Amino acid sequence: MTMVPITLTHFLLISAALFALGVYAVMTRRNAIMVLMGIELILNSANINFLAFSRFGGLNIEGQMMAIFVIILAAAEAAVALAIVLNIYKRFTTVNVDDISLLKD
Amino acid sequence: MADLILNNLSLILPETVLTVTVMLVVLAHLFDRRDDTVVHYLSLLGLLGAMYALTGKMGENLSAFNGMLAVDPFSLFFKLVILLSTVVVVLMSRHSAEVRAERGLQGEYYFLLLSMALGMMFMVGASNLLMMYLALEMTSLTSYVAAGFTRKAKDSAEASLKYLLYGAFSSGVMLYGISILYGLTGTLHLAGINQALMQGSVNGLGLAVSSLLIMVGFGYKISAVPFHYWTPDVYEGAPVTVTAFLSVASKAAGFAMMMRAFAVMFTDTAAQLPAGAWAFVQGIPLQHVLVVLAVATMTLGNLVALWQDNVKRMLAYSSIAQAGYMLLGVLVLGHDGAAAVMVYFAVYLFMNLGAFLVVMLVANTIGSEHVDDYKGLGKKAPLLSVAMAVFLVSLTGLPPTAGFIGKWMIFLSLINAKMVGVAVIGVINSVVSLYYYVRVIRNMFLREQEKPTGTVFRLPAAQVILLLSLLIPTLYFGLFFNELVEFAQYSVTMFGVR
Repeated sequence: MTMVPITLTHFLLISAALFALGVYAVMTRRNAIMVLMGIELILNSANINFLAFSRFGGLNIEGQMMAIFVIILAAAEAAVALAIVLNIYKRFTTVNVDDISLLKD
Repeated sequence: MADLILNNLSLILPETVLTVTVMLVVLAHLFDRRDDTVVHYLSLLGLLGAMYALTGKMGENLSAFNGMLAVDPFSLFFKLVILLSTVVVVLMSRHSAEVRAERGLQGEYYFLLLSMALGMMFMVGASNLLMMYLALEMTSLTSYVAAGFTRKAKDSAEASLKYLLYGAFSSGVMLYGISILYGLTGTLHLAGINQALMQGSVNGLGLAVSSLLIMVGFGYKISAVPFHYWTPDVYEGAPVTVTAFLSVASKAAGFAMMMRAFAVMFTDTAAQLPAGAWAFVQGIPLQHVLVVLAVATMTLGNLVALWQDNVKRMLAYSSIAQAGYMLLGVLVLGHDGAAAVMVYFAVYLFMNLGAFLVVMLVANTIGSEHVDDYKGLGKKAPLLSVAMAVFLVSLTGLPPTAGFIGKWMIFLSLINAKMVGVAVIGVINSVVSLYYYVRVIRNMFLREQEKPTGTVFRLPAAQVILLLSLLIPTLYFGLFFNELVEFAQYSVTMFGVR
């Protein structure tokens, strides 16, 4: 069996698929937590891009630096997001985004 | 190394002062949770200190931290707008019933406001995509929490959730665009990206996709249609002080970041253009996108505002429409248009914050933001009503108010760039907007209250002074605008742009 070498293209395909799945989750899921997980997928698909370009593109270390910052920010964002969702659950006793619509035209 | 860091820190002295203030506010809050006087004056002092430090940076055109941040007249102008609006909002908050109801949380409130301002100041200076993303997220994370600050109200919680979901999604999409652009050009520095693009070996499709994805992030921050869905809900649900802050400072920071990205990163430097024009590099489809966004933003903002009965929500749609007018200035793609946008922001600062201040003071007394409850206000609170009328006339863009100068500059720059068609759409939009602004004025002065109530307006002296200091510039800049226009034209200078 011949081994297929893993190249930049493979990583880019994975990240594109992950990005598409993330967008799909954000668009279709009604549970706020699930939407947030979709957003995590999007952030991580960008991370894969940064790392793959940095490693295979013969580029500088900037990509890996960016990925580290994104990971940290994603953690900070998750902390804030979960606090907000908890607050929502206390007020509305649901986290379904369709049921949280006091404000409308 | 230590010398280098100290040297760079002195370049961002205003931000450093603000950072220290943020920390002091947290500490002061820990010592005494009940007392909100200390944190209030501490914030004010820090902001004034940052402003003083900013004046020392006048005329500098440098780059700090290895090209991460630019310290140039362009960022200085926007930092001034941001700091001024923060000062106004801090002063407003002193007498906001919504904010004061959260007893024991005042320290956190001022901490959030100042952190937002700090993030915005980094946004306007960011000249590296990593810095841009970090600053954007710093502003966003704190704004999500600030929007949900009044914990008792359900709609405040809803506002923060909606802001969070839309904000996190669009900044994620923007990040994906940045990652593609990094792969195409091999760097995150705006100037470096421009060099790589000018060498012309960049994949056209990849460039088009990444520039569109990055535009999503900008569009969200400036609440351009179709990325505006969060705006009305967040503006209505959030405490009115936070709404006022978001509608001015956050938008200013978004516009500044976008204009810098266009001017430094995407400009075709090889093309034989007149000095001060920033046409896009071949293969970036944003010129047409911008036209569509600008026209859609102002038209939708104005049309939907016609149906709003809540004054705060009406002002939210009005601020979407205002962003549309400002986008007109951006799509001129040049120093002319940028100067027009900056003049617009300078006057928008006074008129929009003024309108929100009146909404807050009225809501403090009558507990309502409904347009019908403004009936008969002209007799009960003449000062408030006259001030509101001036702010709304100015938002419409009628002379002799400052709003007229802002609009006039924008339309003039469009006509100079031979985009008369778009300018005409802008003028028609201004006429439409007259209807809903005048509706409030009519209710205040020409309609009687249906069920007369004995409410008496008692305005704190500090708020009257604040109101007057927003009202006077709104009238003053309408008549004596030369210095403002000259300052804006001087301030379009960006680091690394000829």
